[in-house]
Amino acid sequence: MEATSRLAVPEDLAGLRERLKDRLDEKKPRLVVCGDTGCTVRDSRELAAAIEKILSEQGLSDRVELKVTGCLGFCEKGPLMLVFPGAILYQKVQPSDAGEIVEKTVLKNELVERLLYTDPESGLPVACAYDIPFYKLQNRALLETCWYINPLDIYDYIARGGYAALAKVLGGMTPEAVIAEMKEARLRGRGGAGFATGLKWEFCRSSPGEEKYILCNADEGDPGAFMDRSLLEGNPHAVLEGMIIAAYAVGAKEGVIYIRIEYPTAVLKLEEAVRQARELGLLGKDIFGSGFDFDVIISKGAGAFVCGEETALIRGAEGKVGEPRQKPPFPADVGFRGKPTVINNVETFVNVPLVINQGAALYHSTGTESSGGTKIFCLVGKVKNTGLVEVPFGTTLRQIIFGIGGGIKDGKKFKAVQTGGPSGGCLPEAMLDLKVDFSDLAQAGSIMGSGGMIVMDEDTCVVDVARYFLQFLKSESCGKCFSCRVGIDRLLEILDRIIAGNGSVEDLALLEELAVTVKDTTMCGLGQTSANPVLSTLRYFRDEYLAHVRDKRCPAGVCRSLFRYRIDEDLCAGCGACAEQCPAGAIKETDEGCYRIDHGLCTVCGACAETCALDAITKD
Amino acid sequence: MSNKLPDVEEILEGAVKKHGLAVVPLLQEIQEHFRYLPEEVLRKLSQKTGIPLIEIYHAATFYNSLYLTPRAKHQINICTGTTCHIRGSGKLIEEVFQVLGIGPGETTSDGNFTLETVNCLGCCAVAPAMVVDGKYYGNLTPGDVREILNKIMEKAAVEE
Repeated sequence: MEATSRLAVPEDLAGLRERLKDRLDEKKPRLVVCGDTGCTVRDSRELAAAIEKILSEQGLSDRVELKVTGCLGFCEKGPLMLVFPGAILYQKVQPSDAGEIVEKTVLKNELVERLLYTDPESGLPVACAYDIPFYKLQNRALLETCWYINPLDIYDYIARGGYAALAKVLGGMTPEAVIAEMKEARLRGRGGAGFATGLKWEFCRSSPGEEKYILCNADEGDPGAFMDRSLLEGNPHAVLEGMIIAAYAVGAKEGVIYIRIEYPTAVLKLEEAVRQARELGLLGKDIFGSGFDFDVIISKGAGAFVCGEETALIRGAEGKVGEPRQKPPFPADVGFRGKPTVINNVETFVNVPLVINQGAALYHSTGTESSGGTKIFCLVGKVKNTGLVEVPFGTTLRQIIFGIGGGIKDGKKFKAVQTGGPSGGCLPEAMLDLKVDFSDLAQAGSIMGSGGMIVMDEDTCVVDVARYFLQFLKSESCGKCFSCRVGIDRLLEILDRIIAGNGSVEDLALLEELAVTVKDTTMCGLGQTSANPVLSTLRYFRDEYLAHVRDKRCPAGVCRSLFRYRIDEDLCAGCGACAEQCPAGAIKETDEGCYRIDHGLCTVCGACAETCALDAITKD
Repeated sequence: MSNKLPDVEEILEGAVKKHGLAVVPLLQEIQEHFRYLPEEVLRKLSQKTGIPLIEIYHAATFYNSLYLTPRAKHQINICTGTTCHIRGSGKLIEEVFQVLGIGPGETTSDGNFTLETVNCLGCCAVAPAMVVDGKYYGNLTPGDVREILNKIMEKAAVEE
């Protein structure tokens, strides 16, 4: 690592960048291994170690650079690896492939064809990542940097223009000018509600008092969303840079990053980033000689979904029980430690340096009239290409799911897409041409949320999904408001009744009435949106509810009281594998040498159907 | 963690010095030492700091990652996030019950395994996912879970 002293003035940063320009050498062979959780689960760390060993054995360590980065995006195909020059993407790479990659691609400039992505339409291999539809159809304004930097090395970030926005801000912009820039860029908060960032900063700036705070919401609690984790793990300095600029704009001297404890790797990377930024004087006293002081502390959340609500988040960050409180007063007036506070989400902060570097006009040329820039989504569920995707606001759901996502897995049919986490809703096929934007999604009965996008196919039961979210919200409700605490419980009881096959058509009206009551009579965002999963599924999938209550049938074959497994005796070869797997001992051999399920004993676990090699066991 | 029993006074002293009266970080620190929040330590914390025991209890029961009961030697966390749910995490939980006879929040009678569910591990791309003793596993089938648990039990048997 470079031995550099404190960056005393903005010009020092430019000088340092000049000295680091070797790092941008595009001709130098570079092997990039994804170090994000999704890939490390599948042994990418072992892969990096194998490459390192081979490079050192062959004396190539100086000539070839090995980099372990944050998320490369195309999680479906992990472990992922990029080889530069050429941005060649290798997928599903195993540690045993390391030798061949070094020998062929690095030394001889040849491709290892079996590791390349195959285009499903042409059937041909695609070498360059930028040519793969998954990447080509995106606009990776924020995520692209993660391909090129080692998140544990601040110099990598600086070499690629990191902290230049901060230097520009502290080198001559007034706080008012920074706020004006955010407003003009139409930057809106990425945490869910989409409040205008510039306006939020202005409220806090004009709030009386000397002591102000910046709070970074890194308590990403939505199940099905990991954008913030990936940004924190892939580019932690961008989060810090955004926070420092925000602090300057509102006049804060201290910041807190509230991060969930379920993200241990992100915590470690963030702690290291803070340490390195302090060492270079980018955090601390008199940053860039401007007289402006700012530092951050990291506060670890102990696991509570409601802490994503801003007043609850403040209490959580103070180390207290994270229960929400009535607003107003808003955090811009009474926030952390009772002082004016700006709370922004991780992704919002990462956008801030981009706005400054590009200028508001260029920034907002991407996106829609009301929302500038891009949004990162976690495209997961029953879609072919799962991963982290970034698109301009205004992109349609269809473009994301069928273009970038490649459509539904295993030749199944699309049923619904769930956006916005437990507070969001399920949208049907008819809504696929909806443009992704805060207001459009809300009108359709869902929300943007922080960016989870869970695709469901015909094997997903929407009643079960609605029940799942209510179960989640029930355990996460803080219990302060009666209608949230008890209302969700009652909603859940009705759904349980429907799923058990004891529901009636009247239950649907009751469900709707109660859901609206909960929505209207609770205090915080969690309660107010808790009815969305129920209301949106009732709105778009009433037929499926009716099948449950009227015909006592679960069309997707998920609700166990409403379907049975059956062995097709014409297909059964009599191997007995199913009987061996059955934990309930419910499968017996018949006199004809086939097998039959005793429905009195069967627990409908489905182990038999998964075992049967002939697909002779079906849902009935 | 060393084998020596941690000294309660010393731990509380250090924790209070570091975190003041912020109850959550205090509890997180205590849990780091004991792997759960023993009642007698919480009582001492209350006496020492003047934080009412009810507030301590409130925080300990409010947050998912704070535990009032001892943890087992091996910690199994199954993700029940949305993606894992629709990709079959429920079946993984059933499999753990088949193998070990414990449901979420329960510990085996020999104190070897605790099963917990977590809201989201943030690795939805490899759903359904599980963490055992800090190691992540993805794209799991019930059969994989059985194999992983069996391996740990075999290893433990050899070590004994």
